[in-house]
Amino acid sequence: MAAIKLYIPDDTTAVAMGADDVCQAISNVAKQKDIEIEVVRNGSRGLFYLEPLVEVATSQGRVAYGPVTVDDIESLFAADFIHAGKHPLAHGLTEEIPFLKNQQRLTFARVGITEPLSLSDYQQHDGFKGLQKALTHCSQELVDIVKESGLRGRGGAAFPAGIKWQTVLDARGSEKYIVCNADEGDSGTFSDRMIMEADPYVLIEGMVIAGLAVGAEQGYIYLRSEYPKAAEKLTAAITLAEQAGFLGNNIGGSNNSFTLELRIGAGAYICGEETALLESLEGKRGMVRAKPPLPAIEGLFGQPTIVNNVITLATIPIILAKGGQYYQDFGMGRSRGTLPMQLAGNIKQGGLVELAFGCTLEQLVFEFGQGTYSAKPAKAIQVGGPLGAYLPKQQWQTPLDYESFTAISAVLGHGGVVVFDETADMAAQARFAMEFCKVESCGKCTPCRIGSTRGIEVIDKITNGQDSDANLQLLADLCDTMVVGSLCAMGGMTPFPVQSIMQYFGEELLPKDSLAKEVL
Amino acid sequence: MTEFNQQAKQHVADIIEQKRQLPGALLPVLHDIQNTLGFIPPQAIALIASALNQTEAEIHGVISFYHHFKTRPVGAHVIEVCRAEACQAMGSRELEQHVKNTLNLDYHQNTKDQQFSLEPVYCLGNCACAPSIRVADKVYGRMNAEKFAQLLDKLTTYVVELN
Ligand SMILES: Cc1cc2nc3c(=O)[nH]c(=O)nc-3n(C[C@H](O)[C@H](O)[C@H](O)COP(=O)(O)O)c2cc1C
Ligand code: SF4
Ligand code: FES
Repeated sequence: MAAIKLYIPDDTTAVAMGADDVCQAISNVAKQKDIEIEVVRNGSRGLFYLEPLVEVATSQGRVAYGPVTVDDIESLFAADFIHAGKHPLAHGLTEEIPFLKNQQRLTFARVGITEPLSLSDYQQHDGFKGLQKALTHCSQELVDIVKESGLRGRGGAAFPAGIKWQTVLDARGSEKYIVCNADEGDSGTFSDRMIMEADPYVLIEGMVIAGLAVGAEQGYIYLRSEYPKAAEKLTAAITLAEQAGFLGNNIGGSNNSFTLELRIGAGAYICGEETALLESLEGKRGMVRAKPPLPAIEGLFGQPTIVNNVITLATIPIILAKGGQYYQDFGMGRSRGTLPMQLAGNIKQGGLVELAFGCTLEQLVFEFGQGTYSAKPAKAIQVGGPLGAYLPKQQWQTPLDYESFTAISAVLGHGGVVVFDETADMAAQARFAMEFCKVESCGKCTPCRIGSTRGIEVIDKITNGQDSDANLQLLADLCDTMVVGSLCAMGGMTPFPVQSIMQYFGEELLPKDSLAKEVL
Repeated sequence: MTEFNQQAKQHVADIIEQKRQLPGALLPVLHDIQNTLGFIPPQAIALIASALNQTEAEIHGVISFYHHFKTRPVGAHVIEVCRAEACQAMGSRELEQHVKNTLNLDYHQNTKDQQFSLEPVYCLGNCACAPSIRVADKVYGRMNAEKFAQLLDKLTTYVVELN
């Protein structure tokens, strides 16, 4: 009898919830019972509320059990879960779970399905089809396909990828570089991490195609130091891809070369900003550069450089494989394709939701996410990381689309959605926005460096009831100064969360007893 | 290991030799030194500076810019507590206080027996199962006082086994 195939993710969150122990325990029991099993350590499907998720391969497809703890293993075996037996933790076919079924997975098509480091698994699931197509096109045609797709950068600024690529293609330099921004510093985000841990070859493939498109032969992935598992997978994947001829010289049997190196950051949020990232890659302090010159013209070591986010680059292979038009048929307005959203914070069903642009925040948080984890009413949703606004209930109907978010002074950013319930202390959140800016500012400009410290002091005065009206005005002025006087979005957008709290949760900034006083 | 003995010096020299030709070699060199010695000894700075043709002040400037690099020895177990928003939404402020009280440490401090160090971190990418902490290369989700006690137990037992 063939061994029974089980899937238990080797993903940071799955392991953080106990997947390694579950894997060990299942293997032990199977051995005791003399049952032959084969365990694949896949990436996570992104249903983090069910992690550790154990899947059993059946003739109908994979059947899901989760969240599984070590204490459940005896009863799972008793229920004959290895033959898809009934159990309170059973969810039926994984693909039929509404959280997954209702998504549109393009960039994440393989994530959680394949074994991350298996090249044959990758190829059996459409891997390297984009590269194959790319090798039949000239550079300009490749750039044109990316333009046609309408893909905009997924790192936060949403700049059209095709236009950036065109600039690098047209720029002259002794060497050109492809730099992948894997700094993923925004709280509430983990889509880059999931790609790197679950499907590292798709990122490699995207970077090779980018190299072909602009004539670059050297690539770097700048990965944050907070992601050790991603580093481990990428290191292995780069070596295996080199050995198989997908990196190095004569890629895929062609005359093209592309070398890829992984570099690790060192715990600085600002190094996610592309010019600070380049400084860091050059071995310097991560100080933001003034633009112009654009990195596309004078980037790494002064040479033309594409800096793109992990998701941007990981989306390139499917665009090449299926065509620019296919991708651009998803989405709304000027936001084309899909966005991998990440449901985080106080949420019942947290995880990754890839959807075409256009669904509302409310659908995302209450249909996919099923509301708060605490079961208390949700109060605020911070979208787009630490520089994004806190949105009150009246804004939850906003469609997920870059322009709709700009219209309400908010950002989609990298797609992080952090839910807070009614117990959240919004004054503390406003203070933290300033505190984070103080910790992470590169220090180049005064409004950001000094303004954030002043911001903390002023918020403390307001919450202590010291001359609240005057200090609220001071805070408003300080925010304006930071917005206009900062070189980059660190100082320039830190006011967004603060201003949103002043506007929609203003009474929470005042001392808790001040309302009572006003009534008297 | 506070002294910069011959062995440590040799490690540093080897690392520099291995990495110096890389374009933008400084961060890879610093990472390797810290991964090998646990921190970047001040004596290493002069060696790096001369190998990379930079001033000691420049090297020092880079080290001090990045939160990750340490110039003093850290404890056997570095506990990093996530302070960012998704964890805040799940009670990380209380968790942070609990961890500080339990270890009797503030951030950037080591316990007297050099077993534990406490560091803040801003997001570990485990935001759907917050609050999160990290020890060595492992992240722990849905952390609370009870789970933290179990974790400390496990870490201290492990140390005893080693000795
Ligand atoms: C303070 C700050 C932090 C940033 N952090 C990141 C990050 O962690 N990852 C990322 O891809 N982009 C980040 N960005 C955006 C980058 O500067 C840049 O726009 C992006 O890497 C370009 O790639 P894309 O066009 O593919 O999005 C950050 C920007 C700022 C101002
Ligand atoms: S806004 Fe802040 S982080 Fe950005 S360049 Fe100025 S000081 Fe540096
Ligand atoms: S905010 Fe704590 S893990 Fe992301």
